[in-house]
Amino acid sequence: MLARARTNWVILKTCLEERFVYRADFAFATLVRFLPILTQVFLWGAIYAGATAQNASGETELNNYTYHEMIAYYLLAMLARAFSSMPGLASGIARDVRDGTVKKYLTQPIDMLGYLFWHRIAHKLVYYVIATGPFALVFFLCRNYFPRALDGPTFLALVLALMMGFLTGFLIEALIGLISFWFLEVSSLLFIYMMLNYFLSGHMIPLDWLGPIGAWVQFLPFKYLAYVPAAIVLGKPGYVLGGGLEQQLVIEATWISVLLVLNRIAFARGVRRYGAFGG
Amino acid sequence: MPAISVRNLSKIYRVFRKREGLLASIRGLFHREYESIHAVDEIDFEVQRGEMVAFLGPNGAGKTTTLKLLSGLIFPTGGDATVLGHVPWKRENAYRRRFSLVMGQKNQLWWDLPAQESFRLHKEIYRIESDQFDRRIQELTELLEVEDLVGQPVRELSLGERMRMELIAALLHSPDLLLLDEPTIGLDVVSQRKVQQFLKYYQKERQITVLLTSHYMKDVEALCQRAIIINEGQIKHDGPLEEIVDRFSQHKVIEVQFAGADVPEDLERYGEVLETLPPRAKLRVPRQDVPTTLNALLDRFTIEDISVADRPLEEAMAELFTDSGKDSETRLP
Repeated sequence: MLARARTNWVILKTCLEERFVYRADFAFATLVRFLPILTQVFLWGAIYAGATAQNASGETELNNYTYHEMIAYYLLAMLARAFSSMPGLASGIARDVRDGTVKKYLTQPIDMLGYLFWHRIAHKLVYYVIATGPFALVFFLCRNYFPRALDGPTFLALVLALMMGFLTGFLIEALIGLISFWFLEVSSLLFIYMMLNYFLSGHMIPLDWLGPIGAWVQFLPFKYLAYVPAAIVLGKPGYVLGGGLEQQLVIEATWISVLLVLNRIAFARGVRRYGAFGG
Repeated sequence: MPAISVRNLSKIYRVFRKREGLLASIRGLFHREYESIHAVDEIDFEVQRGEMVAFLGPNGAGKTTTLKLLSGLIFPTGGDATVLGHVPWKRENAYRRRFSLVMGQKNQLWWDLPAQESFRLHKEIYRIESDQFDRRIQELTELLEVEDLVGQPVRELSLGERMRMELIAALLHSPDLLLLDEPTIGLDVVSQRKVQQFLKYYQKERQITVLLTSHYMKDVEALCQRAIIINEGQIKHDGPLEEIVDRFSQHKVIEVQFAGADVPEDLERYGEVLETLPPRAKLRVPRQDVPTTLNALLDRFTIEDISVADRPLEEAMAELFTDSGKDSETRLP
């Protein structure tokens, strides 16, 4: 147990060192990712300026979201994505399978999924080091858009949801990557997943805007990637403590368990049919 | 108990057969044709502990596939193998801690980090004790003459230096079995020799079992006493290296030094003239014709010196593989 923890720590440390090799490129890429946040804030401003529907207090409202709530929702969804998005994970697994790098996971006493997990943690830690400043600035500038301060238990539930969002995102993308044992090239599949994910996770618009489709989408695991953390902070019905949030977190934990089992099955079956072509 | 025991081991790949042209590509969308490639076809062999065995054959013969099977990288289609008492494709950690697979064309070290970072990671993965790790790093870096390079990012090393680092990473955990696939591919002569010398010394010192594939016969001659020749997935020869030339080469080389300053003009009558450097000449002669050719040459010319030699191993192998369609048994002298 202790030896395994030490191995994981060294994997994490080595991955961190590797991440810092191209720190300038990484920092630039991270900062550039903030530009769409600004454009999106302006876009929602333009949409709400053109809207005519008003709520009881006379504020412009679209599908039960005021402009302030919508900006808060969008920023929180972005925060959730900072945990759950996994750039390069599935395509990296596919590349490793295609070019044979996967051999090290099969011939050395290491677990591929565990190794990739710690690699991803390192990736995220470096990302947070670089992104915390800009994120804090954006949230500070938009502080008036957030409706309420979170109490301790709700804050803990949010942290838990963000952590589980990371696991859910990791396991879904790893599973797509493992499909490369069957199809070698998964870029089209990944593209479709990204497109659906943008929509079904609530990244593009809140899931309660989807009408009857939204009810079905609630049964999928994608909502934990963006919508759920935002809904917790905004206190949306079904996402408050004592009002359904506990059940949501249990369901998310169940999804994680199912995805973990599916990953294990896919890996075990995938390596059985792995051809290790090309030298 | 042998280190490696292989019985009826087979690996059949099912590959998509793509015909030429756009029309065929479109047709392939609806009806795909597959064919079975027998990469390894019911092979049997054993390797004793402490042996260093060369696995020879042309490209696509099944050498690397066999190494992949023995390392547990792929599952066989049929047959059995036991390596160090384990079934390789079960991929038990107890087995994976006891062998190393080094592929000359694949890099295992972290590209952007110094090799010492990869070594440290190996230390944890293989659970190597700190003092043992330090001792082994010192020993291996000294033997391979890379003490000053371990702190340099791998991407900045030359191919030869990188391969030596790969060997260190592979040997840190003191494996009992080393599987080497083309370890000197692409290396210059100096690096090749360094790797050869190191492997020879290390294997002798540690008495580890080594299975090596290489296209460089110099590697094989320098390192192995025994060779297994595989072609089209089947074993064609398993025995001492020196037997290969005897068994497979249908020709010998007669080297003649004539009296005087010239060589006779009609030498082609006696065999294929490989080289003339008056008054010397080299003739390639079918094995069965060697006695009569020698008699004829000695009868007809005044000869100062004459010798008969086997053809180099490399040429014997080339001859064997060029003519791979025929059964090797028919070539027995």
